[in-house]
Amino acid sequence: MSYTIEGNTGTWEIVVGLEVHAQVISESKLFSGASTAYGAPPNANVSIVDAGMPGMLPVVNAHCIRQAVRTGLGLKAQINKDSVFERKNYFYPDLPQGYQISQYLHPIVGNGELVIDMPNGESRTIGITRLHLEQDAGKSVHDRSDDATLIDLNRSGVALMEIVSEPDIRTPEEAVLYMRKLRSILRYLGTCDGNMEEGNLRCDANVSVRRRGETAFGTRCEIKNVNSMRFVARAIEYEARRQVDLIESGQTVVQETRLFDAQKGETRSMRGKEEAHDYRYFPDPDLLPVILPEGYVEEIAASLPELPDAKKSRFIADYGVTPYDAGVLVMEQQTAAYFEAVAQGRDAKQAANWVINELFGLLAKGGKDLSETPISADDLGRLLDLLNDGTISGRLAKDVFAIMFETGQSPARIVEERGLKQVTDTSSIEPFCEEVIAANPGQVETYRKNPKVIGWFVGQVMKKTGGKANPAVVTGILQKMLDG
Amino acid sequence: MSLDRSTVARIANLARIDVPDDQQEPLARELSNLLLWVEQLREVDTDGVEPLRMIMPLPPRWREDSVTDGGHADVVTANAPAALDGFFVVPKVVE
Repeated sequence: MSYTIEGNTGTWEIVVGLEVHAQVISESKLFSGASTAYGAPPNANVSIVDAGMPGMLPVVNAHCIRQAVRTGLGLKAQINKDSVFERKNYFYPDLPQGYQISQYLHPIVGNGELVIDMPNGESRTIGITRLHLEQDAGKSVHDRSDDATLIDLNRSGVALMEIVSEPDIRTPEEAVLYMRKLRSILRYLGTCDGNMEEGNLRCDANVSVRRRGETAFGTRCEIKNVNSMRFVARAIEYEARRQVDLIESGQTVVQETRLFDAQKGETRSMRGKEEAHDYRYFPDPDLLPVILPEGYVEEIAASLPELPDAKKSRFIADYGVTPYDAGVLVMEQQTAAYFEAVAQGRDAKQAANWVINELFGLLAKGGKDLSETPISADDLGRLLDLLNDGTISGRLAKDVFAIMFETGQSPARIVEERGLKQVTDTSSIEPFCEEVIAANPGQVETYRKNPKVIGWFVGQVMKKTGGKANPAVVTGILQKMLDG
Repeated sequence: MSLDRSTVARIANLARIDVPDDQQEPLARELSNLLLWVEQLREVDTDGVEPLRMIMPLPPRWREDSVTDGGHADVVTANAPAALDGFFVVPKVVE
């Protein structure tokens, strides 16, 4: 799959690397005992450590270290048993310490990889450069007052994992697939909830362009504030086009930080941030190096769940579902578990089909996700059983399914109470067949020349029986009557 | 290594320290002397010597992940020059 931009002077390709900030799932902050809960009143979840009061000492939250290592293992990455927290110095009102405690030269996680699944069934491996732990900053509120900014430090000090990819991404679509896959892995691991609306997963994109065939990288710009899956692709498309136009008009791309404006769909320069781009990192003297004890990494490795890639392979091998369907089913752990419950002891392809097309279809229509499904996996399984043992026809199965979705009732009860059982008894179907044949002498003539018309007769009989007759039985009776 | 006056001015600006023009030159000399002293330390042969990052080989001092603090926005903002509805108030930050 290739993505190029046609300029006036030739064809261009794009080079993208992503920096993702993922909020660690933890009760308390990285260096203080204040809560990480979202939506608390301003400054309610703030300890004096988070407020940067003089003399306070940060103490590492053991669980956050664990979460970072767990994520590193999920990304098949090298775990560094000796890592160092450093101070990244800059001034901003939402950063009360005057520095962010982050990791720089010695991050806790090194090189790893992430496999993205293309819609055409192919896979691409995107390199992970590193993952490090750092503190989040507070929140500035600009719209409450004309001449003042309000600061809420509830987020200040919450643990983030910054996950940096190699510049291996070549299309806007790959960037979106990377984000989706990363989010999926984080959610499987239970290390980040992936909620982009609440800002728990944020993305900055490093974008550059070069003429097709060139191997050197162009000058890149860092696009900040790309905070939904949809915007990732749009921001990259816009920025790449901007750079091509700039170069082709004889100008040069300046390495800078740019902000994505979702409303206008464009990026603009954040010159203010550039001046201070000298962070003067140094090891934080308040904190010891993070040295992982013997056996620590191995113990976490043993506790990892089956991850999406492995689950996908297993679904393809054990259930015979297509790679595409397997990819859809494993995106969320909950979906995968639901599918397996339905597929257990049944036709797995049929189960996949019903989960993906019927269930997801109705859920999407109602704007719901799987946790809100009115149909349990057991009930969907029982519906398939009724379909497969001939109790109901395929057409009725969909009707029953729709009623199940509306009422949450069991399929057996719906079939029983509404009299939807399939009729296979010849003597009760024959009268309908006779009736249809008698009423349509013209079609009978046509049938003599073209036996395919039998389908039309079957349709008429099905209609008369309210869809309850078994189509195979109907076809048999009709054939006998018409030919005889 | 020595620092010139413009470097001193830049460092001062990054650290938000107001160093008057007439003090930049003397400060550059003082800081350069400090750096010279540090450079002298580099002459010591440290091949094969591990960096001493901890005086005592302490076991990791890590915290349990539990909420033990918070719920006092009033205390947190008590020393702020201005506060409103639990927020700190600062001069308008223009993006």
